[in-house]
Amino acid sequence: MTARDEVLGRIRTALGGEPGGGAHPPADPSSAGYRTHGELDQAALLDLLAGRLIDYRSQVRRTEPDKLLDTVRAALAERGARRVVLPPGLDLPGLSQPGPGQSGPGQSGPGQVGTLDGVELITDGGLSAGDLDQMDGVITRAAVAIAETGTIVLDAGPGQGRRALTLIPDYHLCLIEAGQVVALVPEGVARLRPDRPLTWISGPSATSDIELERVEGVHGPRTLEVILISTID
Amino acid sequence: MRIALFVTCLADTLFPDAGRATVRLLERLGHQVEFPAAQTCCGQMHVNTGYLRDALPLVRHYVEVFESCEAIVVPSGSCTGSIRHQHAMVARRYGDEALARRAEAAAARTYELSQLLVDVLGVEDVGAYYPHRVTYHPTCHSLRLLRVGDRPLRLLRNVTGIDLVELPDADTCCGFGGTFAVKNADTSTAMLADKMRSVLDTRAEVCTAGDSSCLMHIGGGLSRLQTGTRTVHLAEILASVPQTSVPRTAVRQPSEPHPPEPHAADQAGAR
Amino acid sequence: MSAPTFLGLPTAPRGVGHLRGDDPFPVAARRALADSQLRRNLGKATRTIRAKRAAVVGELPDWEALRDAGQAIKAGALAHLDRYLEQLEEQVTARGGVVHWARDANEANEIVTSLVRGTGATEAVKVKSIVTDEIGLNDALAAAGITAHETDLAELIVQLGHDRPSHILVPAIHRNRAEIRDIFLREMGDVDPGLTDSPSALAEAARLHLRRQFLSAKVGISGANFAIAETGTLCVVESEGNGRMCLTLPDTLITVMGIEKILPTWADLGVFMQLLPRSSTGERMNPYTSMWTGVTPGDGPQQFHLVLLDNGRTAALADSEGRQALHCIRCSACLNVCPVYERVGGHAYGSVYPGPIGAVLSPMLTGVEDNASLPYASSLCGACFDACPVKIDIPSLLVHLRARHVDEVAQTRRVPSPEAVTMAAASWVMASPARFEAAQRAGRAGRLLGRSGRIRRLPPPLSAWTSARDAPRPPAQTFREWWKAEHFAGEGGRAGGVSPPSQRSRGPGAPGVVPRESGAGGRPPGEAEHGDTP
Repeated sequence: MTARDEVLGRIRTALGGEPGGGAHPPADPSSAGYRTHGELDQAALLDLLAGRLIDYRSQVRRTEPDKLLDTVRAALAERGARRVVLPPGLDLPGLSQPGPGQSGPGQSGPGQVGTLDGVELITDGGLSAGDLDQMDGVITRAAVAIAETGTIVLDAGPGQGRRALTLIPDYHLCLIEAGQVVALVPEGVARLRPDRPLTWISGPSATSDIELERVEGVHGPRTLEVILISTID
Repeated sequence: MRIALFVTCLADTLFPDAGRATVRLLERLGHQVEFPAAQTCCGQMHVNTGYLRDALPLVRHYVEVFESCEAIVVPSGSCTGSIRHQHAMVARRYGDEALARRAEAAAARTYELSQLLVDVLGVEDVGAYYPHRVTYHPTCHSLRLLRVGDRPLRLLRNVTGIDLVELPDADTCCGFGGTFAVKNADTSTAMLADKMRSVLDTRAEVCTAGDSSCLMHIGGGLSRLQTGTRTVHLAEILASVPQTSVPRTAVRQPSEPHPPEPHAADQAGAR
Repeated sequence: MSAPTFLGLPTAPRGVGHLRGDDPFPVAARRALADSQLRRNLGKATRTIRAKRAAVVGELPDWEALRDAGQAIKAGALAHLDRYLEQLEEQVTARGGVVHWARDANEANEIVTSLVRGTGATEAVKVKSIVTDEIGLNDALAAAGITAHETDLAELIVQLGHDRPSHILVPAIHRNRAEIRDIFLREMGDVDPGLTDSPSALAEAARLHLRRQFLSAKVGISGANFAIAETGTLCVVESEGNGRMCLTLPDTLITVMGIEKILPTWADLGVFMQLLPRSSTGERMNPYTSMWTGVTPGDGPQQFHLVLLDNGRTAALADSEGRQALHCIRCSACLNVCPVYERVGGHAYGSVYPGPIGAVLSPMLTGVEDNASLPYASSLCGACFDACPVKIDIPSLLVHLRARHVDEVAQTRRVPSPEAVTMAAASWVMASPARFEAAQRAGRAGRLLGRSGRIRRLPPPLSAWTSARDAPRPPAQTFREWWKAEHFAGEGGRAGGVSPPSQRSRGPGAPGVVPRESGAGGRPPGEAEHGDTP
């Protein structure tokens, strides 16, 4: 008998004689008693997200859509980054039209180099782990942000790239649109696609392994910076 | 109301003052107390040591003695917890569904003392007088099995003359755990040491609780250390009234494990 | 090595892995209690994490509803475990993964060893995983010439210190910063000799030490926190980023998971991704969680193997009362609130699963007789039940396993143990009021032991009590003797029947002293309590 058949057989023996197996998970989470929809309006939602991000040592900038490029520029300048990797499909409004002091990677092929105020922007096209280790940072978008827990989730979709991009460089600049923000974890789960590789990020990497004292920055990026993009009334 | 007292085998044999105080308190509040003389033991020690088969006759005995009673009071959180949360389980384990149902019915009318006072009799001020510095240890089974919450503290706060001080880390176990104190004596002793430190930090004269077993443990440790802090069952504090309370001068020496009966204290005060 | 069975189902085999200790719990605990440094480390760490957990749990208005949902989901998953495992296998396979089944630790170790060998690699990087420690995978790999590098900081500390993990979440909780610095200086080889003992400096040393291994690793090995039957998604929850490194950079990923880690639906993660981080690290959310389904072309490992492990889990499943121990999500909240764990630490439990949940889970996986002292390693205080995010009734499970132990001993011993004899005798005595009263009278002989009002020494096994506590001296009069004297004066007392209720009731606030209570209250002459004072 194969191990598979034997283990499945043991399970059936163990459960044997119990009609239907008793308890069932609730079919509909909304009937289970826990919250599945947040109550906050968008402004309050963004404030909550920003507060929770800061609480877990992320840096947060707020901006409006037409000022995004300026905000990115300011963040990179403050960081002192010289070489930054971008995932394919990262569309920074204003960056696609090369102008004085800037040129853009646009939607074109991998490995192309542009600059933004002297910062080299390199679009990922299969860079090795060693190459990525030479980068000062990475800029991505995200799939969803969960306000209550201060979590951003990347799903490797457009503008986010493969998982290694946001793992090896020491600085991660993540751009979040207001419409991507939900209040609660179940709302975030409902928006995500399980067939994509997902990375949930809540603050920079950290450890509390030594005397339960929290240390930020172990193997993942030691600095996480989030730009929240919304139309300010 | 007619209230049956299940005094528990421990209080019956070693700590009768807790039982007498329960009787005196309930009578003072205008209730009739009866003591079904056939009562013995709830079987908690057997259950918690794994001897469920040996507990079965004790479960049956409790049910037979008490199932006709309207309300049953127990001056012990852990015995009440065993009656409420283990009796039916023991009966079912050995296939006696009929006994399990009777046990559930009896358990539903069985109350720990503070539950009876607050929830059934609706009283938080029992008119007690106890002019001593007191700290309250909530005991695990009262707290987490019975969920008595702050009922004992509400009762104590209404005691005239009491200086009630909060016990640090109050909800941490004292390390008794029945046969745990013998089977894992070293660990139990380490837990007891921390509990005693908390008690002594309050500089209380008296550590009280709703369970003679935990008090026996804490009191046994305090006595060994000759600390001068003694243990007194909650019922004894609630039973004390101005005429009968222990005068400060009559506070017992630490070498005496049981506090005096108030009537004896009267004598002492009169001497 | 043979494995005991439970209801005909094999438990985890002996001689492999880390589910059984060398010493019974009381012996190992005594050793741990003597280590004052350990007790300080543990006390500080558990106190810190308890406060953090309480704060973030208190933030959620629906925490109890989440616990209920978590419990229901787990119960449902186990009730149809065969179906969900087949569904998981189907989904993982459809997405390019390969699923393997392992009856026990030995088989899982053989599978993983052969998979690593197949890649030609002689090294692997590992994400912290208790299940691979349960089966002793590192030892098995080493025997095959493969070096497994632990990459979680705490696991690295344990591995470099040639030590054993002592906590589910924080395996090096028993070490303080100075001890860790010494281990790094001694074992790392490439570390700056001026290394200080600040946690940030130590974490930085680990970062540098491990970075080269991550960037060159060909094989990653992980456990799994959750596996979603509906979608085939695997989930690893972590903090440091070492997990992401191991799950993302190697060409081959091998994940070992116990069959009980399954969740039926994707939506279930909405519950568990709230329950686990808040209960475990006391954070609203842990820094990093990775989820993957099979293989994603161009992103991460292109070879994915999932090993589904039994190793005693089906034997645990067969115990319909004990089964709920398999709901455990390894958050370690029960360890952090346990007064026993806080004082003795994880090593005393002898298993990779320490603390209250370990005291039930380990005996269920191995068979109770191989871990017979663990169900007794608890005062049944109930703090673990309150902290458990999936509401495992650990105190009741401990009692259940004690009963299993007592029953198994009774079946195998020709002569009952002294304890069993005592318990049976006590039951016989207590089932009859007449016998109970006779025993009370006999017990009064104990008064002779404590002329000073307390008893300082008792014979074994009760000497364990009097090693640190005085025992109460039996009073001159039991409660029932007092009651009888009060109510049946002149009748000589009646052992049976219900005594009449007291007839002296008065309104509230009435004077408390009644005539019957004057004098010595029925005490025999000369036995007033002051007579006990020397």
